[in-house]
Amino acid sequence: MSPDVIAAVMMSVVAAATPLLLAALGELVTEKAGVLNLGVEGMMLIGAVAGFAAAMLTGSWIVGIVAAAFAGMAMALIFAVLALTLLANQVATGLALTIIGVGLSALVGRPFIGVPLPRLPQLYVPGLTDLPVVGRLIFGQDLLVYLSFALVVGIWWFLEKSRAGLVLRAVGESHDSAHAIGYPVIGIRYLATLFGGACCGLGGAYLSLAVTPMWAENMVAGRGWIALALVVFATWKPVRTLAGAYLFGGLAFGQLFLQGLGFSIPSQFLSMLPYVATIVVLTLISRDATRIRLNTPACLGKSYHPDH
Amino acid sequence: MDRLKLEGITKEFPGTLANDRVDLSVVPGEIHALLGQNGAGKSTLVKMIYGVLAPDAGRMFWEGQETTIASPAQARRLGIGMVFQHFSLFESLTVAENVALVLRDAGSMDDLSRRIVEVGDRYGLSLDPRRHVHDLSVGERQRVEIARCLMREPRLLIMDEPTSVLTPQEADRLFMTLRQLKAEGCSILYISHKLAEIQALCDRATILRGGRVVGACDPARESPRSMAEMMIGQELSQPHREPVEATGPVRLEVDGLSTATGAPFATEIRDARFSVRAGEIFGIAGVAGSGQAELLLALSGEVRVAPASLKIDGKPAGGLGPAERRALGLALVPEERLGRGAVPALSLADNTVLTGWKTRGLVRGGWVEGAKATALAAAIIKRLGVKARGPADEAGSLSGGNLQKFIVGREISAEPRLLVVAQPTWGVDAGAAAAIHRELIGLAERGAAVLVISQDLDELFLLCDRLAVLYHGRLSPPRRTADTNVEQIGLLMGGMFEAAENADAA
Repeated sequence: MSPDVIAAVMMSVVAAATPLLLAALGELVTEKAGVLNLGVEGMMLIGAVAGFAAAMLTGSWIVGIVAAAFAGMAMALIFAVLALTLLANQVATGLALTIIGVGLSALVGRPFIGVPLPRLPQLYVPGLTDLPVVGRLIFGQDLLVYLSFALVVGIWWFLEKSRAGLVLRAVGESHDSAHAIGYPVIGIRYLATLFGGACCGLGGAYLSLAVTPMWAENMVAGRGWIALALVVFATWKPVRTLAGAYLFGGLAFGQLFLQGLGFSIPSQFLSMLPYVATIVVLTLISRDATRIRLNTPACLGKSYHPDH
Repeated sequence: MDRLKLEGITKEFPGTLANDRVDLSVVPGEIHALLGQNGAGKSTLVKMIYGVLAPDAGRMFWEGQETTIASPAQARRLGIGMVFQHFSLFESLTVAENVALVLRDAGSMDDLSRRIVEVGDRYGLSLDPRRHVHDLSVGERQRVEIARCLMREPRLLIMDEPTSVLTPQEADRLFMTLRQLKAEGCSILYISHKLAEIQALCDRATILRGGRVVGACDPARESPRSMAEMMIGQELSQPHREPVEATGPVRLEVDGLSTATGAPFATEIRDARFSVRAGEIFGIAGVAGSGQAELLLALSGEVRVAPASLKIDGKPAGGLGPAERRALGLALVPEERLGRGAVPALSLADNTVLTGWKTRGLVRGGWVEGAKATALAAAIIKRLGVKARGPADEAGSLSGGNLQKFIVGREISAEPRLLVVAQPTWGVDAGAAAAIHRELIGLAERGAAVLVISQDLDELFLLCDRLAVLYHGRLSPPRRTADTNVEQIGLLMGGMFEAAENADAA
């Protein structure tokens, strides 16, 4: 393969991995605080349509990105009010959020179907970007790709090194103890949930502004569910989430690539690959109960009643 | 000047008046005991002092100033620390991280670790700041809790049942720490059901009954019995049992039992051997986490073991499940009352069906005999004096001590040939404990074999004919209660087998 082809393949993997990484990192922070928000798919869809609409109407991709983050947050806020304040069941509320996201994004996005938009601008550093293979890969990406890497480092530092991150982990580990010490459990969970929503919104926007710069109904196509699985796959660790996102991104691309080469495997089987990989890995890591126990937030998905 | 003074503190929950015009004063440098039965309102009172609950009426004075304590954070700012009965530690975090969470200016982790070791050395609490809490024994966890409070240099320390999980030696060490704190001017508010230790440790005691202060005393001038009688408001008839040399048939034989539960952080049982005869009460002592949970799982049938390593009435039962073992005449009172001993959201009547559907004939042709179950539950409530409105009450609505009475009553009233009971009176007050002990003694006298697994040595010495000690999954050879004493068993509980042997020779 020529260097150009290798570079093109790598760029495609980045495109497939980035939305997964953004959404999974957001959900990771949410889950570390003990909140299980299964509405990732819905939040990504709303982020995708909001980002596209805002970018198209204003002509500014920065406005699009900001709008996507806020739209994801707004969805997360609905979840937070229902599940954290009104103590609705988190699993059911999250599933409902996804269903709302599918319907609402289709409704809002109807006028935008088939409208083309220029892709998110990519960095160009004269000289560096022109280097063979690595040039474009390292110096030719767009803002959201760089942001996703910054988030990996930032979230790792936040969770492992900062005091606020320690408090967030404590809330996810035992909300009763955290409350007894005097931390505002509900408030911290709100912030974590909103952060998760914003990241999912960005993940969605990456699809509609960069991967395929257009809006199509249900264009997230199950990536929200893969992102959810990715968090468990990575045992709630940011750096492993990065590795997992690129692995899954590679699988998703490999599927297209094999089809392109004309392999006679039905495409449905190839589409199953990321999900099969998730199930296999989840089963494998579940065998090590101690590691699961150490990394899983012990209060994940449990409602917190402050008066008990 | 009083360090803390309460006037007319009142707190009402739906249906109960938990605290009714409670007055209390704690002076600097005293250890003040708060006594009362389960449901007397002790926990509610200290939760209000620590800002977890807000009083409906009444006034609080902190060092002469009237204050309202709205949150635990505010209580800590004032200088109030609390060590909880159920620890408020985070298992997946390290000791240092657990401490950092309660400090406002924790500084760097290295710095903090050094300070933790310093405080530990000063108060005789040896701690390794880098270890994860889930790796620590219960005694070590309590040291973390205490060190965490002491880092903030509290002027009032609240301790809720601190010794219920400690060996006698660990408890002695705790008392030394508390006396040192007292000498430095710290006040301590001390809640415990163990009246002997209150007598040894505390300067004053305030007694609560039914949410009201009914008296105060100087524990040094009282006996445990007289304090118990003040708590329950009537004479206490303490059951008594002379150890017997049982000669009946062997009901339970454990021969080389080992477990492999595979649960994280489990203490697996290795090669346990003992037997319990009809008419005998056999005790197993040990600090929490020594393998009691695993032994119980193996005895109940929730975890299968080698068939021949566990025999009920001579029949190999190690490979049988819980229902099959119950059919052989086994009854079991587990340690966790909610979730294992009873289903919280079901009524008391339905809970009797769960263990008695077959042995008590509460199900016929696939249909639950509701009236029969209700009558049985009502009989259990009456027999043990359970405080509940009736058989229709949800199990989860009962206080811990009352639910325990109900569960013990449910199992005993089936007249099993073999009863295994774990922590029969954990967190249960003197009156209810006496009732439960009387039932256990009566059952043995009627010819059943009784196995008691407990961390409370007073209870084991009161009830048992023979004792063995569980330490790190290993069971010591049984000793006759008459031939041993609390010190020796305490050494065994701490794993000091050699020292215990020497004490034996002496």
